[in-house]
Amino acid sequence: MSVRHTLLGALVFAGLAACVPLLPLWLISLITIAMSSGLVVSGLIILWRAGLVPFGQALFFATGAYTVALAGLWLKISDAVVLVILAIVAAALVAAFAGLLLARYREIFFAMLSLALSMILYGLLVKSEALGSTDGINVAQATFFGMKPRGAAYTIAVFWLSLVLVFLAWLSVTAYLGSVAGQMAGAIRDNEIRVEYLGISVTRLIHLKLTIAAALAGAGGALAALSISHVDPQMAYWTTSGGFVFVTILAGAVSVPAAFIGALIFEVIRSIAVAVLPGGWQMILGTVLLVTILFVPNGLGSLIMRKRIAGQGGSK
Amino acid sequence: MVPGTTFVRVCKAVLVATGVSIIGLATASAQTATPPAVAPVKLGIVTFLTGAAAGPFGIPGRNAAEIMIEMINAGKVPEPYATPGLGGAPIETKVLDENGSTANQVTEFRNLVQRDGMHAIVGYISSGNCLAVAPVAEELKALTVLFDCGTPRIFEEKSLKYVFRATPHATMDSVAAARYVVKKYPELTSYSGVNQNYAWGQDSWRDFVAAMKALTPKAKVEKELFPKLFAGEFGAEISALLTAKSPIVHSSFWNGDLESFIVQSGARGLSKESTMVYTAGESAMFRMGSKIPDGSIIGARGQHGVLAPESALNTWFRKVYEDRFGTPPLYPSYHMAQSLLGLKAAWDKAAIKAGKRPTTDEVIAAFENLEFEGPSAKIRMAIGNGHQGISDIAYGTFKYNKAEARPEIVDIVRFPAECVNPPANMTSTAWLEAGMPGAKCN
Repeated sequence: MSVRHTLLGALVFAGLAACVPLLPLWLISLITIAMSSGLVVSGLIILWRAGLVPFGQALFFATGAYTVALAGLWLKISDAVVLVILAIVAAALVAAFAGLLLARYREIFFAMLSLALSMILYGLLVKSEALGSTDGINVAQATFFGMKPRGAAYTIAVFWLSLVLVFLAWLSVTAYLGSVAGQMAGAIRDNEIRVEYLGISVTRLIHLKLTIAAALAGAGGALAALSISHVDPQMAYWTTSGGFVFVTILAGAVSVPAAFIGALIFEVIRSIAVAVLPGGWQMILGTVLLVTILFVPNGLGSLIMRKRIAGQGGSK
Repeated sequence: MVPGTTFVRVCKAVLVATGVSIIGLATASAQTATPPAVAPVKLGIVTFLTGAAAGPFGIPGRNAAEIMIEMINAGKVPEPYATPGLGGAPIETKVLDENGSTANQVTEFRNLVQRDGMHAIVGYISSGNCLAVAPVAEELKALTVLFDCGTPRIFEEKSLKYVFRATPHATMDSVAAARYVVKKYPELTSYSGVNQNYAWGQDSWRDFVAAMKALTPKAKVEKELFPKLFAGEFGAEISALLTAKSPIVHSSFWNGDLESFIVQSGARGLSKESTMVYTAGESAMFRMGSKIPDGSIIGARGQHGVLAPESALNTWFRKVYEDRFGTPPLYPSYHMAQSLLGLKAAWDKAAIKAGKRPTTDEVIAAFENLEFEGPSAKIRMAIGNGHQGISDIAYGTFKYNKAEARPEIVDIVRFPAECVNPPANMTSTAWLEAGMPGAKCN
């Protein structure tokens, strides 16, 4: 990615951060929640490009969220940045361990195994009465560099934190996808044996991809925990993973910003659907998914990319 | 033309249409039609409209809200609630689904308060959702009445100003079940439990065991079974209970699990060995009918439904509810009705005191430590710093009336509120572990 792009991106984010007084608070917290799943989806894109669809990404999402909750509860850590870093490290560690097994599997076996692992975490959390079982536990409100914003200021502080995280995720995921290891994804999807013949260990590469995706999911979980101030085992349940896959289908794996835009669109559609059709909002979501698969099979990102390619006269 | 561009156009059209309708909806919700003479009180109702908890809890709760708000607006509720609206202002409602993740619930709660400008929220069945929205209600200074969730943790973990719960918490259900069992089986030597493995099941069993230890220390726990939530198949658990032969088996099952368990344990003759105690049994009583073995002990999370004592308000409530929906109100309907009546009582009291439309703080001041009549019992906001209601409770024994082909509850025993609820200065766990000191049962 060029410096020009990075600067442009930084400007966009600074602009968004400055927009705060213009946005109503409910929209700010809605965007924050959307960005937390956008972070997970940006990680899913990395796996998606290699032909892997994990149905258990909630494992790392919940790991991140519970790390924040428990670090606050047991270690009395309250700084938001420290909490997010801890969550990222914890999720990446879990992935580094789970990856020893997961990285050997492909297709449906990979999907099901990752789902199984996330359901193990769900089962453990449900059985732990000390952690509130299915009711979950409240997360203490975090501090930011020694400052203790409360009320509306806290919502805004977490929103800014989400913008910083999204900016960093955008830079690093784009950089990774552009690197040799990232570019290998398509080759792995198309013909693994050839990649091995080039002298590259596919298993190790996928292990790395898993760990990066998990770190992003951990960041998403941390952001969700800080934003809603509550964690519960539902965060590790397979429907949560399904929600991330849904957004990935909506966004497509073509473009990284599409992950965040897709997550935001999903959250807005869900919120409107709930208000419009309280007894059947899932039907609206299902229709959106169907329409996306039928008419934009490569996701919303493909619309942006197609326009760009058309603008460049198809030279890319 | 490249094939596929038509698709892109269609998609763009769909997206644009969606965008336009979003904007349209946003503006539509921002503007209300011609303003009525008195500005309405905007009330958000949140209950399960979809998912497993919708049938037994969510929909009965929503139905009760629908009929009660209609009647309150028309001023048709019997005394002492015969004045229309909340302090004269009509109620305008927005009903939302509680199904979805906690993040969704917190987001929608913020939307209700900050986007839609709701003046109060009445809702939440899941204890997890109650725990998650309570701090948000405090942050947004939004008056919130939790209507059905049972966990005592809400007001015991922190002191809340904007959150109320007229419905007594779940400790009462387990304590009253234990008192009823001990009354009927004074010589009990052992008992077992089969509860769903999630917060409600675990808490119910823990409280029941603690109460039993205090009341009859010689009775031993035989089997503690925790099948997973919505397992639907209880062959292994029933085998274990059949070999244990405990005279009493406690269960806080509800919905599909409750009905499956009743059918499966009936087929294997568990009732010959053990008497079941279903703390939430009333919700399945009419659907299951004769399939429930005679002699089973039935609770209703309060003295609701068939356990309710005669009163004008109760007779009226049952009638209007049945006329509209064709079924009698279940206990979640009572929970909703008493939560709305509590809000009305507090609002009316505050409105009289203020002489005009009361502020949220004035309603809160009126709601704290309030005593009011619900359809089935008098509610006293006596614990949780005046934010948590307590009421009397009843348990009874199931009997199927073959002659009239309808289920009945006999041997009803009522326990006063102070007999089954912790005092204001103790958490329920501490109270149970200390052997329920200060319980007044006569």
